[in-house]
Amino acid sequence: MTETAVISDRRLERQAAKRRQARRGQAIAVVSSVVVLGGLAAWVLTSPGWPEVRETFFSWSVFKESFPEVLSGFWLDVKTFVIVEIVVLVAGLVIALLRVSRGPALFPVRLLSVVFVDLFRGIPTILLVYLVGFGIPALQLTGLPTDPVVLGGIALGLSYSAYVAEVYRSGIRSVHRGQHDAALAVGLTDAQAMRHVILPQAVRRVAQPLLNDFVSLQKDVALISILGPQEAFRIAQIIQGENFNYTPLIAAALLYLAITVPLARVVDRMGGGGEVR
Amino acid sequence: MNAPVLEIRAVTKAFGERRVLAGVDLTVAEHEAVALIGASGSGKSTLLRCVDLLTEIDDGDVLLDGEVITDPAVDPVAVRRRLGLVFQAYNLFPHLTALQNVVLGEMRAHGISRAEAEERGRALLARFGLEGREDDRPDHLSGGQQQRVAIARAFSGRPRALLLDEVTSALDPELVGEVLAAVRDLKAEGMTMVIATHEMSFAREVADEVAFLHGGRIVERGPPARVLDAPERPETQRFLSRLLEAGRI
Repeated sequence: MTETAVISDRRLERQAAKRRQARRGQAIAVVSSVVVLGGLAAWVLTSPGWPEVRETFFSWSVFKESFPEVLSGFWLDVKTFVIVEIVVLVAGLVIALLRVSRGPALFPVRLLSVVFVDLFRGIPTILLVYLVGFGIPALQLTGLPTDPVVLGGIALGLSYSAYVAEVYRSGIRSVHRGQHDAALAVGLTDAQAMRHVILPQAVRRVAQPLLNDFVSLQKDVALISILGPQEAFRIAQIIQGENFNYTPLIAAALLYLAITVPLARVVDRMGGGGEVR
Repeated sequence: MNAPVLEIRAVTKAFGERRVLAGVDLTVAEHEAVALIGASGSGKSTLLRCVDLLTEIDDGDVLLDGEVITDPAVDPVAVRRRLGLVFQAYNLFPHLTALQNVVLGEMRAHGISRAEAEERGRALLARFGLEGREDDRPDHLSGGQQQRVAIARAFSGRPRALLLDEVTSALDPELVGEVLAAVRDLKAEGMTMVIATHEMSFAREVADEVAFLHGGRIVERGPPARVLDAPERPETQRFLSRLLEAGRI
């Protein structure tokens, strides 16, 4: 077996050609990036309004001054996001399970889950925040929450539970019928088949779209600002109004990005490894 | 003849306009293995699914140990726990390991403790030549290995009868032997079986009786040597000569 140790000339040639191709590809990528990105930057920086925009949107002194305040408001966004996300994960699953349930006794809950999804997925989230945030306190019923953060969270929860329920349901429906048959054939009940066979496969399949919805939810938390709570966007708006400078909004935008970009990378990574055949 | 385990009486089933089963009668005695042969689409799979109550029959009765299991008042879950079904496409649970596939039914349907179920599951996998593959997921197993896991899974609940639906037809030819060996092994133990198959050699070797399903009915039944070598009915003769031409015997 001496041949295996010797690398043939043909193979060396192929390796050399591959290396040349790779080097050439890298060079092209660098040049095209410089041209495209540099061109875009030049285009913006030489625009007639740029000096003014730089002062009103990218003022370093205003940024330094406003950032701590915006950041303190951002904790409210993060807290709201985490709590609403957990509620949405559970509520969405429950609604999806109700919707795929069988049996005549469950007809009303099936109907309710369909109505729930149609209603709350069909209304713009911003409108829901208004309706819940101003409508529920107007009822003046004791026992109902009046805290605008809670009301805003409820509105977001309703909207996103409807979306997430449909994501779960699509996952459940994507599991092959043969899996349900096999689960019944080994003696499981319908509920056991769902719990031990269908759901584990469905959840794995929809992990990526679910995370995608959470990136979206994280941003939409800013909508509760219309009810008054001092979260990042609201604080940034207030500072902006005080000194006619938009830089605090940029500070808020950077804070949202600090959460959504890492989340997006997690979503990307799941696309590669989380698949189950 | 031993007492019948399965009795299929005048069972009919139609899907819309298409009548698949048109009055099937078939009795399978204890320890008996019956090979169910017939052309593709002749209703072999449908018949097995009807017996396991995965498909509802239109008319007739299916009896398991003398009890009418197709009565709407009977709990289908309890019936399925007394039967085992092996699918043509294996239908293993892809998110579970080989061992977990085997023990899921035992633990959840038969209420056996994890420790006991796993001990039995390991023994069962080893018996079918799968020692060392317990923790592999189905997509890391060959078709033959997957089907043997599926057989172990169906057998793990100690069924009164095992229903095998074309268990070798999705396999590459060189993998058929290992699955047949597993079935032969169960036959040697006295397992009552209904084996829907295209493999006439398999029918000849494992089955006590061969039943030919044609036009929604069992048109001929008898020992393999008689039915396969000297069929009485013209439909059986035509079917077998077509298989012969295709080189499938």
